[in-house]
Amino acid sequence: MSRITAAFANLKLQNHNGFIPFITAGDPDLQTTRDLIVELARIGSTLIELGVPFTDPMADGPVIQRASERALRHAFGIADVLQLVSEARKETDVPIILFSYFNPLLQWCQKPDRQRGPLTQVALPDGRASDTSPFDFEKLAREARQAGVDGVLVTDLVPEEAGEFAAVLKQHDLDTIFLIAPTSTDERLQLVAERASGFIYAVSRAGITGAREQMSAEAEKLVNRMRKFSDLPIAVGFGISTPEHVADVWRYADAAVVGSAIVSRIERCDDSQAIVPAVGAFASSLLST
Amino acid sequence: MAPLEELTAAYEAARQDDSFQAELNQLLRDYVGRPTPLSFARRLTEHCRGARIYLKREDLLHTGAHKINNTIGQILLARSMGKRRIIAETGAGQHGVATATVCALFGLECLVYMGAEDMRRQALNVFRMQLLGAEVREVTSGSQTLKDAINEALRDWVTNVADTYYLLGSALGPHPYPLMVRDFQTVIGREARTQIISKENRLPDCLIACVGGGSNSIGLFHPFLADDSVRMIGVEAGGRGSELGQHAARFNSNGGGRPGVLQGTMSYVLQDERGQIATTHSISAGLDYPSIGPEHAFLHDEGRVEYTSVSDDEALNAFEMLSRLEGIIPALESSHAVAHAMKVAREMNDDQFMIVNLSGRGDKDVNTVRDVLKSS
Repeated sequence: MSRITAAFANLKLQNHNGFIPFITAGDPDLQTTRDLIVELARIGSTLIELGVPFTDPMADGPVIQRASERALRHAFGIADVLQLVSEARKETDVPIILFSYFNPLLQWCQKPDRQRGPLTQVALPDGRASDTSPFDFEKLAREARQAGVDGVLVTDLVPEEAGEFAAVLKQHDLDTIFLIAPTSTDERLQLVAERASGFIYAVSRAGITGAREQMSAEAEKLVNRMRKFSDLPIAVGFGISTPEHVADVWRYADAAVVGSAIVSRIERCDDSQAIVPAVGAFASSLLST
Repeated sequence: MAPLEELTAAYEAARQDDSFQAELNQLLRDYVGRPTPLSFARRLTEHCRGARIYLKREDLLHTGAHKINNTIGQILLARSMGKRRIIAETGAGQHGVATATVCALFGLECLVYMGAEDMRRQALNVFRMQLLGAEVREVTSGSQTLKDAINEALRDWVTNVADTYYLLGSALGPHPYPLMVRDFQTVIGREARTQIISKENRLPDCLIACVGGGSNSIGLFHPFLADDSVRMIGVEAGGRGSELGQHAARFNSNGGGRPGVLQGTMSYVLQDERGQIATTHSISAGLDYPSIGPEHAFLHDEGRVEYTSVSDDEALNAFEMLSRLEGIIPALESSHAVAHAMKVAREMNDDQFMIVNLSGRGDKDVNTVRDVLKSS
């Protein structure tokens, strides 16, 4: 049983709902991120989503884009993110998933001898022509697993194209998490049900990440639709920023994801020493209802 | 994905629909100004002392560039899908102006995302869009240029998908955009094919076009792809040098171009070794983009089309040459194609001939060129 599956099973036994914070790796620096993971685990997070910074985060709102920009001021890559996870692993068993756009992962998977390989011989992620692929998903899966990563969510890798990627992750006991949205068709929910493991991430409304005053009613309908296709736990995210939002999501979903509201607490701290206690206190307050 | 599936279905239906095609053709003729001439560039040919050079005159279209071939097609599609709100991205402002124009024509709401840096460089086009009734929204995230405007338009689209149509301006982004934009632009190549055969009684030896996202070039090349005797050359922006960040030549592997995924497409992407997208530079804002349409990536790898680049200085030189020799002030984008055509023509015989796509006129660029010439 994967660490993610065990965490949700454990919640169920205790009749609790889950809390999933999102932070960007390296925002504002890798040491603070490591300390944040430990603190967020300590206050009772079910799982941590660790964002991999990217120059063009097209599914994110301004708060998370700025977090990427702060992180990218330090030149670090996937190797450093994995190192960060293995450092955090010395102090916590909380499940950790990487939350990334596809390109930084894809480039990390480049075979050294195929730096400039022609594109038409590239394996599409659905597995065609994999023997000529310049990309080596095995390397990512193997090294992520070794570092203590439990799953991967790739924002811009749609399930139709994710067959090989998810299969390789699975061979290395890593979960692949997919996003679903209120606009997703039943066919799409079915496909996600076939390819997902660990849990499913339901986006609360059409649009991008960012805190909102009110949660939409669409999320509950979406979660109920998804239950017809899958028994996996379902987390709801996008727009959740208050204890009331969290409590509302807990009525119908297994967990609530909070990203932008936490990241903006990091952004507001002038002194990096103040970040860990400030985020810890805010995250605890979200769980207080 | 749901919006893309809806768009794909609507486009497939429109492609088969005779009344859609008839209305498109009528608008291309009566509003856009098609067909455009194929002009023999006599003095430029004499200057190069090689192959005869023909210019496909997309600069003569309404709004001054090929962009309107695509916006007129997509606006009919948006209308047939019942979308009332049109959003678009723009770099130099040409696609924004072409979008604002067709929105005015059909009475639809228009919002154009434009990088803050580009708004400063292309203030005249910002005003043109506003005159046409569009709102221009400044994009201050990231590098504040075209790629960031596309990110912002995509964010708007996924947030407001029910009533909003995203009118993307080049043959890039996720399917069906590369296919659809290509289809609307192939009118360039279809006309050129007929025109050159009637003038020369055979197919051309060579086609040359500039490549930003790649819509004017794919529009010219596509109807000739099966003609093996026709050599095709796409010209990227070589900018100030081959160092990453100084150019927009995606096929230059020494300059940081290699396969990657950006904005829903796998293609060649200018990026650092960690997969972070690079900034680009070109004197022409319309070529200043870190990725290239996926069909060009395919044609590159197949070896069917050659890709090369010319520098800012070479493009400027061509800009001046064409102005003085032919009385045509070309867009700085198209000047890249002209610059390379002058090199290739010299290596060819005078019984050979080529077509250069003059994708737009240069009025929008005269301030940029004046500033550069003053400071040099």
